[in-house]
Amino acid sequence: MSSAKTLLEVCDVAKEFDVSRPWLNRVLEGQDKQILKAVDGVSFTINRGETLALVGESGCGKSTVARLVCGLYTPSRGSIVFDGVDMAKVASDELRGLRKRFQMIFQDPYASLNPRWRVGKIIAEPIVSHGLATTRAELKARVGQLLTQVGLSPLDADKFPHEFSGGQRQRISIARALSSNPEFLVCDEPTSALDVSVQAQILNLMKDLQREFGLTYLFISHNLAVVSHIATRVGVMYLGRLVEIADTRRIFTRPLHPYTQMLQSAIPDLKMTGKQRTPVAGEVPNPLNPPTGCAFHPRCPHANERCRRERPNMIEHPESGQVACHAVEEGRIDIKIAA
Amino acid sequence: MVDLMRRFFDSDIWHSFKRNPLVIAATIAALICLFAASLAPWIAPHNPFDLKTLNLLDAFSPPAWIAAGKSEFLLGTDDQGRDVLSTIMHGSRVSLVVGICAVFLSMVIGITLGLISGYVGGALDAFIMRVADIQLSFPAILIALLIDGVARAVIAKENHDQVAVYVLIFAIAASGWVQYARTVRGSTLVERNKEYVQAARVIGRRSLAIMFSHVLPNVMGPVMVLATLHVGTAIITEATLSFLGVGVPPTQPSLGTLIRVGNDFLFSGEWWITVFPGLALVILVLSINIIGDWLRDALNPKLR
Repeated sequence: MSSAKTLLEVCDVAKEFDVSRPWLNRVLEGQDKQILKAVDGVSFTINRGETLALVGESGCGKSTVARLVCGLYTPSRGSIVFDGVDMAKVASDELRGLRKRFQMIFQDPYASLNPRWRVGKIIAEPIVSHGLATTRAELKARVGQLLTQVGLSPLDADKFPHEFSGGQRQRISIARALSSNPEFLVCDEPTSALDVSVQAQILNLMKDLQREFGLTYLFISHNLAVVSHIATRVGVMYLGRLVEIADTRRIFTRPLHPYTQMLQSAIPDLKMTGKQRTPVAGEVPNPLNPPTGCAFHPRCPHANERCRRERPNMIEHPESGQVACHAVEEGRIDIKIAA
Repeated sequence: MVDLMRRFFDSDIWHSFKRNPLVIAATIAALICLFAASLAPWIAPHNPFDLKTLNLLDAFSPPAWIAAGKSEFLLGTDDQGRDVLSTIMHGSRVSLVVGICAVFLSMVIGITLGLISGYVGGALDAFIMRVADIQLSFPAILIALLIDGVARAVIAKENHDQVAVYVLIFAIAASGWVQYARTVRGSTLVERNKEYVQAARVIGRRSLAIMFSHVLPNVMGPVMVLATLHVGTAIITEATLSFLGVGVPPTQPSLGTLIRVGNDFLFSGEWWITVFPGLALVILVLSINIIGDWLRDALNPKLR
């Protein structure tokens, strides 16, 4: 399955968190352990040079996937293979070598930079940590070059993070991520804390950098407009599972899964087309106690007995991508073509 | 350096300092104590430990402004004819050294354990914090007495005087580290989940490097306030132990020792032998505490 094109292969990955109360309380109050399945069997691949976006509501596990891929969490099940190397099985010194090949950009530009460090030191951290510069002058030149690349001035290296705006801080974050010459960037909602006008600047910067350095992105977002702007492929997540994954164009014009259709019809438009919208019915169920069968069945207009009983598997769709839905498989849904 | 000075004189702290006459007075008092104590061998009018210069005929001489007083002994003399002012200067030297060293040592112990506890978590955290809880259930004086007692049993009597100061420092430090560990652990728990720490983990920094280079600078604020206030407490603990006779040896008396020695003569009318060292102790501790309290408020953004 893995080919030369594939950079990252995530196979049936799951992450469970123990959210039970302390042991003594459990014993005294007679409660069981509570396990939260944040991610429950997610598989996808990312090819070199493309941008895969993961979208979904809050709490659907998309940030957990990002942290699993970066090694901040260890998966409870499944494997993550980066460029042919299984991350769970490599020796720790080899992992250090791998680490400089992928970096992460975080959501909150106010929390992702150490407030006590000067910008130059922040950006230099990966370079120093991986021993990529030999002299102080070389290090300084590299930091200046990175700052210029993200649209800041080399003189900004002497300032502290609090002297910058949110958008500028996110640029510093990007400069830090780029400083170890990575091939792969995991971006965990990098624009959601920014103003709309600044969002566009950051997205364009990321696109330019992708073109210049041949970067591969895993882009986590809940903003479909942002996703349509930057992604080559889109994966839709619901309650810790991937429900549909396909080319961006296909997702936005011919969504197959009922949940994707619901999301797609909820995108506001400025033209007042008066198009028919499927109202978003119901709430996201409690992930501590997910529904049986297909996790989406309580909110799905097409659900039947099989959906309540049997968990759907990802099936290849003849057109493009994969979808996990019994109704699509059985042809019970008439596919709407969005304008 | 000039830049640093300018930034300091421009800061909120300096402005808050300038508007607060009590703190200015306390700082001046603390600086005078510090100055007099650290330069005691050179600026004290007499050397109270040089037996050759002592004259028993000078004993129990009252302060200079009282009719029977001698002008060369400003604050009077004690039972051996030692100048009270000079013994106070030498005594506060011992008190300050013990206090500051003890605070520094408990800071090092407390910060290290707190950082590890908060960052690593799990069973290690539970273990360190339970030890801290146990320690907190004993008064600091009791722990210091215990350590001092053990040291006295272990070390031969003739050597004990030489190591007494170190034992005292260790005893006070061992009873004070818990506060630092708890404060640092609490702040570390907050900081370790911030994204800049996660970013450092993605970069591949080792846990120890992240703890000391990323987390530590961000948890030091409350620790500095705690340390300032703790210097006062440590000096009092030292004085209490010396007053009880388990502190520093009489050959290098601290303020506590002086107060104890003078206490014996209080009822026979020689009040100056104990009152002046007591006053010096009060001024020293009070001024440190006032500075510490102000620092706590000045560094708290919610009270600005």
